[in-house]
Amino acid sequence: MQLQYKSQAVAKPYFIAAIGLFVGQILFGLILGLQYVVGDFLFPAIPFNIARMVHTNLLIVWLLFGFMGASYYLVPEETETELHSPWLAHLMFWIFLVAGALTIVGYLMVPYATLADMTGNNILATMGREFLEQPLPTKLGIVVVALAFLYNIGMTILKGRKTALSMILLIGLIGLAVLFLFAFYNPSNLVKDKYFWWWVVHLWVEGVWELIMAAILGFVLLKITGVDREVIEKWLYVIIAMALVSGLIGTGHHYYWIGAPGYWQWWGGIFSALEPLPFFAMTVFCFNMVNRRRRQHPNKAATLWALGTGVMAFLGAGLWGFLHTLAPVNYYTHGTQITAAHGHLAFFGAYVMVVLTIISYAMPMLRGREANPERAQVLEMWSFWLMTVSMVFITLFLTGAGILQVWLQRVIPDPQEFMTVQEQLHIFYWLRWMAGVVFFIGLMVYLYSFFAKDKPETVEVGGVQPAAT
Amino acid sequence: MSAFFTKSMARNIFYGGTLFSVLLFLALTFHTTWTLPQRDHRENLTPEVVRGKHLWETRNCVGCHTILGEGAYFAPELGNVYPRRGAEFIKIWIKYRPREGVPGRRSMPQFDFTDPQLDDIVAFLKWTSEVNTEKWPPNIKG
Repeated sequence: MQLQYKSQAVAKPYFIAAIGLFVGQILFGLILGLQYVVGDFLFPAIPFNIARMVHTNLLIVWLLFGFMGASYYLVPEETETELHSPWLAHLMFWIFLVAGALTIVGYLMVPYATLADMTGNNILATMGREFLEQPLPTKLGIVVVALAFLYNIGMTILKGRKTALSMILLIGLIGLAVLFLFAFYNPSNLVKDKYFWWWVVHLWVEGVWELIMAAILGFVLLKITGVDREVIEKWLYVIIAMALVSGLIGTGHHYYWIGAPGYWQWWGGIFSALEPLPFFAMTVFCFNMVNRRRRQHPNKAATLWALGTGVMAFLGAGLWGFLHTLAPVNYYTHGTQITAAHGHLAFFGAYVMVVLTIISYAMPMLRGREANPERAQVLEMWSFWLMTVSMVFITLFLTGAGILQVWLQRVIPDPQEFMTVQEQLHIFYWLRWMAGVVFFIGLMVYLYSFFAKDKPETVEVGGVQPAAT
Repeated sequence: MSAFFTKSMARNIFYGGTLFSVLLFLALTFHTTWTLPQRDHRENLTPEVVRGKHLWETRNCVGCHTILGEGAYFAPELGNVYPRRGAEFIKIWIKYRPREGVPGRRSMPQFDFTDPQLDDIVAFLKWTSEVNTEKWPPNIKG
């Protein structure tokens, strides 16, 4: 089986890099989980703040690799034309990979303050803010890669068929690139710094990334179910309308306690309380499309990932976000393990899973077959359940830790010190770490599934050799 | 979704709704920026505070601590550490962190700050503690 468009093949290295960095992210997650209970683990070689930076930055970078790979794969098919410049896509792949790798090596080998000195942070100070810790050259590299990528995708869409699906993807990608520019704005007034920092962080994950996610999910469902494009694209518009109408003003749920006016408790509370709606619509959309399917696609694993994304994004981003989004609740839960619980399930359920969905659908095609052999799919589905269920448990244990933390540190009449409280949460942190180990096992099964072949005895033996005459 | 609700209606709702939300968000941001000086007391943003924020960033403090509830959840909230501990405690605490950590316990790195740098950090934390945060955190423990 051949790709419909040769240039779709550039997606393959993007997906491979994404998976490789995913493994790195989880390894550092395990280090962090252990440091929560064995405080001096790897200290002073890899302090917690460095490991956390590696964990979160790897996540962002591998999801971006996934989004770019997804775009390079789906845009030629949507636009019915070859990619504008496969060569540029290859070049940007290597630039992004090398820049990403050098950044991680820099984090691990050089003290952060020295890294800041070496990389021009004194010219334009942008470092040392959560998730935006990258040195200036890396940030500039991200801008260059994003612009070249947008140019490539934009030119392809311009010369080809313009579908609603590819336009939604493009709007999401443009939003991603434009909003990243706020990473370069770092006023010395902490309140203003925080206010606009959220324009990158919130408006990415609770704004434009949802458009990218909807487009990827819509594309995979279109292909595996054979449902009419009109129906799918109508759903997509409804989903992204709800996402932006709730999510834009919903930014206010981060403005409750950072110095912004008190009215944000109302604006942010009401609109962010609506943020579960687009995710609920996505859940309904996924199941509805699969139920109305007009064909039986042989890639059952991809169908499972698509349905899983619908459910887990709703639970993680929708439900766990709603739990602590209203100001009277958030007053007590802000900045506790409740936030960590939500962060884990939301990122996994929405963005990790949607990238794994498109990889699951596209990777077999990129390797010259419509679907993987039966045994590989079974293993992939095992990895789906291992990772998904262990992530649910990570979330539940962190939620348990968070409830107890809030109670001891912020609710009871004689509140306790932060570290006194943390020591009483060890049981939850140990359980979380064990769930993390299971997640890692699931990830290893996932990796192995790419190399699994059918055992000889399961090969069909229907063919009869014509007798020699 | 039945036939009377068409794709172009859905598209128009998306574009209209997004435009409305963007404009409303910008209007609220404009008003917030307008009222912020009374809430963040920017008249107190001295060179010490500015240098302190730079030290805060270049040591990636937010990788372990929260400040006004944002950051990592590994170490105590520092938005109100100034009223909680006072200037002297903060400086001594940072200054005497053991280089190899505290066995078995969460450890803070030794950053080798000079005394003027410690004063800058305290100035930054003092300024932060004076921001009007709508009475957050609920108590002095952070």
